[in-house]
Amino acid sequence: MQNNINVKTMAQFASEGIEPDILYWVGCAGSFDARAIKVSKAFVKLMNEAGVSFAILGNEESCCGDPARRAGNEFVFQMLALQNIEVLKGYNIKKIVTACPHGFNTLKNEYSKLGGHFEVVHHTQFIDQLIKEGKLKINNKALDDTKVTYHDSCYLGRINGEYSAPRNILNKANVDIVEMERSAQNGLCCGAGGAQMFKEEEKGKIRINEERAGEAIQTGAKVIAANCPFCITMLEDGIKTHEKEDDIKVMDIAEILAKGL
Amino acid sequence: MIQQILFTIVTFLTIYFSYKAYSSIAFNINLGRDYELIDNKSSRWKTMFLIALGQGKMFKYFLPALFHLFIYLAFLFTQIELFEILIDGFAGTHRFLAVYLGGIYTFLISLIEILSILAFIATIIFLYRRNLLKIPRFHMPEMKGWPFKDANLILLGEILLISGIFMANSSDLVLQGRLPEHFHHTGEFAISRFFAEGIFNNFSTTTLQILERLGWWLHVLVVFGFILYLTVSKHLHLLFAFPNTFFTSLTPRGEMENMPVIMDEVKSMMGLSDTSDEEMDMSADIPEFGAKDITGLKWKNILDAYTCSECGRCTDNCPANITGKDLSPRKIVMMVRDRAEEVGEKIRTGKIDYIREDMKAEGTKLTAKNFDDGKSLFDLISDEEIFACTTCNACVEQCPLLINPLDTILQMRRYRILTDSAGPQDWMPMFTSLENSGNVWQLQETREDWIK
Repeated sequence: MQNNINVKTMAQFASEGIEPDILYWVGCAGSFDARAIKVSKAFVKLMNEAGVSFAILGNEESCCGDPARRAGNEFVFQMLALQNIEVLKGYNIKKIVTACPHGFNTLKNEYSKLGGHFEVVHHTQFIDQLIKEGKLKINNKALDDTKVTYHDSCYLGRINGEYSAPRNILNKANVDIVEMERSAQNGLCCGAGGAQMFKEEEKGKIRINEERAGEAIQTGAKVIAANCPFCITMLEDGIKTHEKEDDIKVMDIAEILAKGL
Repeated sequence: MIQQILFTIVTFLTIYFSYKAYSSIAFNINLGRDYELIDNKSSRWKTMFLIALGQGKMFKYFLPALFHLFIYLAFLFTQIELFEILIDGFAGTHRFLAVYLGGIYTFLISLIEILSILAFIATIIFLYRRNLLKIPRFHMPEMKGWPFKDANLILLGEILLISGIFMANSSDLVLQGRLPEHFHHTGEFAISRFFAEGIFNNFSTTTLQILERLGWWLHVLVVFGFILYLTVSKHLHLLFAFPNTFFTSLTPRGEMENMPVIMDEVKSMMGLSDTSDEEMDMSADIPEFGAKDITGLKWKNILDAYTCSECGRCTDNCPANITGKDLSPRKIVMMVRDRAEEVGEKIRTGKIDYIREDMKAEGTKLTAKNFDDGKSLFDLISDEEIFACTTCNACVEQCPLLINPLDTILQMRRYRILTDSAGPQDWMPMFTSLENSGNVWQLQETREDWIK
């Protein structure tokens, strides 16, 4: 799978004089984190399969600024965001897709006050649309009837109200969805948001990811479907704490679909 | 006649004292800063109608919502009776509306009685639940002392109020048969007819006349007392639910408030601003970013705090709290109210002792701008609490009154980071990396390496 992906940067497209249909915002995790890179590759594979004309910013992309802003550092946020907006505007970008719900939220809801107006979709929404339009065929038998539980990330679900697109995809993938006790609007955070990913937790009885992983394990699912690179890290760590890494895997929605390709 | 005079005095005293108390609250809310409020009246009215009047978010917790609904409906419909009480009280009439409404009156009072019985049952269940059932969220640290007493006092007040209604109605029904010239016919009320037949029938006419007056006055005094009591109670939500839902934020939930001062500064640094030659005036006060105290918060954050009914659904769903951290969103909101009360009271004294040292000058008056009593919200809310928040919005999602505890937490975070340059040590390398390389992690790889 690693070798057959086709990704070009905006700079490459520009030198050819072509404007791609959509920009894929890879984000920090998707570019640097070994686990999240697998998700980036799976998503690219799906876009290649569906014949989507897309580009990435590559080295011209910076962190979207979400962790800085939520940690309270508005200066750093403004620096990152304004720089990104300049780059995006420079390439005349109208539509953006990203596999990170934090980037999704920041680009969609926060860049406009800074002068950056873009149509932003999360990759689960984009994939759902590709399936509905018939551009992406699912011949995924690998996970047929596998028990899968879906973890709503806060920034896609509760904060941006998208609960159905990821579930639609899972339904199409023919897996057996079992919901956790706390799901959708009442979903429990993985513990990473608000820049918690980048610091130790305050003292308490248990870590948040351990609590959430425990809830997922209780469903008896073989796979936790996720939509956020930070949730994936948190949940995988939580599962390790429970010593259940042989029984249950964490996979991004894109990875679940790409399994069938 | 004596009763009319008494009633008039009591009413005007209530009006006078509640005017004072509610003005203070308005003053305290106005200590918060102004901010941009999206103007969309129709959406605001709709939200208020659905969430406050329609109890739209209550039923996430089904049983408490059902019992709360009984009390709420009884409260709503009892206003009809209160309207009559005001007329009767001033004019010296008796059941003024009965003559005009006839059968409708019998129906309305019966409806109020049925709702009152349901509310009575709900109140007993709530008393039991709060005191005997060990529901964790009712026994957290922030609920110790006054908040716990407050909850019970309200429930006891409701029992008194409902008892008053039934005492007056039941006595009245018996008296209608005995002294028809004074107690005109109203038809049989749905519930009190049974009390009348079973109990009140056995009393002497004089006793009944006393009981009827006692019940009536009990109703009046509990209601007037309530109006005043609300100002120091979590029960204020029955009024403030309306403005608080009306003024709720209409910006996307995921959007943190922009800070234009910083944005403009960074723009001019990056050469993006049209007014790049305009230097920031450094002789002016060193700007304070974020919120350290009430005066740094939005006025809506303070309105939120006065609206809070301390139900604890936010805390019940907070991932930090669930896993044993100190953070409790409800506590944050409660502390904002406590601090607003304290600051407001001190400013109203006008004492020059409360003027900030460097602003003291001949003839300077104490205002919200120069106020400093050496304390702040950080004396009531610890860093441990504000830095434990994952910004997951579960508290925001849960609140039946559209209170936003997260907004206060994030403004306090901004203060610690931007103004105090303090905060979790772990974040410092992250900030440095973001500033220097634009990546959240400091790494050797580039952003394109993964496609190779």
